[in-house]
Amino acid sequence: MTTLLDRPAPAAPPTIRQVRRQHRLAWIARHSIAIVLAIMFLTPVVYLFLLSVMTSDQALTSDYWPNTWHFENYVRVFEVTPLPRYLLNTVIYAVSATVLMLLSSVPAAYALAKLKFRGRNAMFLTVLCVMMLPPQVVTVPLYLMWARYGLTGSLAPLIIPMLFGDAFCIFLLRQFLLTIPTDYLDAARVDGCGEWRTLIRVVLPMARPGIAAAALFQFFFAWNDYYGPLLYTSENENSWTLSLGLASFHGVHHVDWNLVTAATVLAMTPIVVVFFFAQKAFVQGVTLTGVKG
Amino acid sequence: MRLRRNLTAWSFLAPALIGIVVFFIYPLLSAVYFSFTKFDLLTVPEWVGLANYRRMGEDPFLLQSIRNTLWMVVVFVPIRIVSAIGLSMLLTQLKRGAGFFRTIFYLPALAPPVAATIAFVYLLKPGTGPVNTFLAWIGIEGPLWFNSPEWSKPSLVLLGLWGIGDLMIIFLAAVLGVPASLYEAAALDGANAWHRFRYVTLPTIQPVILFASVTGVIYTLQYFDQAAVAGSIASGQAVTGGGISSAFGFPEGSTFTYPLWLYTVGFRYNALGYANAMAVALFVVALSVTVILLRRSKAFSGEEQ
Repeated sequence: MTTLLDRPAPAAPPTIRQVRRQHRLAWIARHSIAIVLAIMFLTPVVYLFLLSVMTSDQALTSDYWPNTWHFENYVRVFEVTPLPRYLLNTVIYAVSATVLMLLSSVPAAYALAKLKFRGRNAMFLTVLCVMMLPPQVVTVPLYLMWARYGLTGSLAPLIIPMLFGDAFCIFLLRQFLLTIPTDYLDAARVDGCGEWRTLIRVVLPMARPGIAAAALFQFFFAWNDYYGPLLYTSENENSWTLSLGLASFHGVHHVDWNLVTAATVLAMTPIVVVFFFAQKAFVQGVTLTGVKG
Repeated sequence: MRLRRNLTAWSFLAPALIGIVVFFIYPLLSAVYFSFTKFDLLTVPEWVGLANYRRMGEDPFLLQSIRNTLWMVVVFVPIRIVSAIGLSMLLTQLKRGAGFFRTIFYLPALAPPVAATIAFVYLLKPGTGPVNTFLAWIGIEGPLWFNSPEWSKPSLVLLGLWGIGDLMIIFLAAVLGVPASLYEAAALDGANAWHRFRYVTLPTIQPVILFASVTGVIYTLQYFDQAAVAGSIASGQAVTGGGISSAFGFPEGSTFTYPLWLYTVGFRYNALGYANAMAVALFVVALSVTVILLRRSKAFSGEEQ
């Protein structure tokens, strides 16, 4: 870097050695800050894990290191709580929401990004508004609507709407599809492909990273969702998801902190695993929604 | 030909259009109608005119929830943005291990909010939690965190800072996108590190800061999960009656955010008409904030880039 050399010197110009030393000090300072911050970011999870392998007596103390390691807590939490049920419900919700969202949102995003038609801007603005407005605005009427069909107490009110697209995913996919050169699409059209065939044969293969990002977002959203399950399923414990179950564990098992934390760690694990397999797609997705501003 | 093109496009959009009408526009109009009525799950709506809106002015919990939400907007949003910019600047300065640190800083953003909140309630337990143990060790008497009306919202801010990763990634991309030529020009003019940040980086990423501020406000207006879970878990009460906790807002209503109070009014007290009036007010506020973003941001414009 030439910066430090170019800086107007207060007294005598710094020697090469001084500059090097300054560089090294700055390097050490920056990396020390990063390491301290990394430790702070890791502490909550590490502490949670350590609690989860203690005995229930020790977990209530201010100890942070287990006297004896009880990994069997992770088995026991499956036996003494309805965790298997919650886990199954969460998987059903997350997987079906993701699949249905893709089926309905990809064509919509394609139309908004690549087709010219009357009302496109109006439609896009509407999608943006739906995406931005708080879900609580329409909560009561939606609840009443699902209750009229007797579907509250199940996961249906959370899954069925995904058949009809998700505003955020449509926006994300549209932003990605905009980056695909229109030449490829024109070539397909010249070859006589209809729009549906163009979408399936040409666009889908090229849009794989964007689709992966949208799928991950939807999966994570459903996996982490608390508001939706609280609203629709709290009356029927058989439909509870992990988030809802976790939030009520503490009340039921309030002296078994080790089990509560074990379940909490279990809820975080799949997300971390999925992230490491799909890191690139995910980071690209986050970037896509924010940077073009 | 043109008609056919329009038809094809709308066939692609049909499911989404139906979804918007059935799951958004129809309930939105219903909410406006219901806001002028009084009913619960068992009775039919009865027209009461503006009574629900008048009631909003006399509801002390509503005023408290508005104050709580405003507090979050004024404190939480700027702190998150400043911290995210700081973290992303730090990452760009690291010569070694930048990828490693980026992953560590990013991952907590993916943790389920409920799980993250539980982790923080345990971490910040006044008596036995490691944070207060550590503070006592260096001679500071730690606060009661989630158990104190003064500290419950700052505790939520700490929790929010832990999950800052997605915002950090957005700013990281913005900072990396600043053209190197600008830095070189500044260096020729003798700018130091602070000057380069202040006069090159900040002005260049300004649109991203606007985007982050507006989406941050929107996010805060619907802030629900963490506040709900923190209140009910810190209170130590059993959550019964179908998960609708009587401990929402604990301690002393200090964690009642606007949407949390809306939910409580609607589904715990069954005052559905009043809840809809609150929903309409929320809609008006959120829409005005959204319009600011739509007007200022290029990415959101409908035109083809």
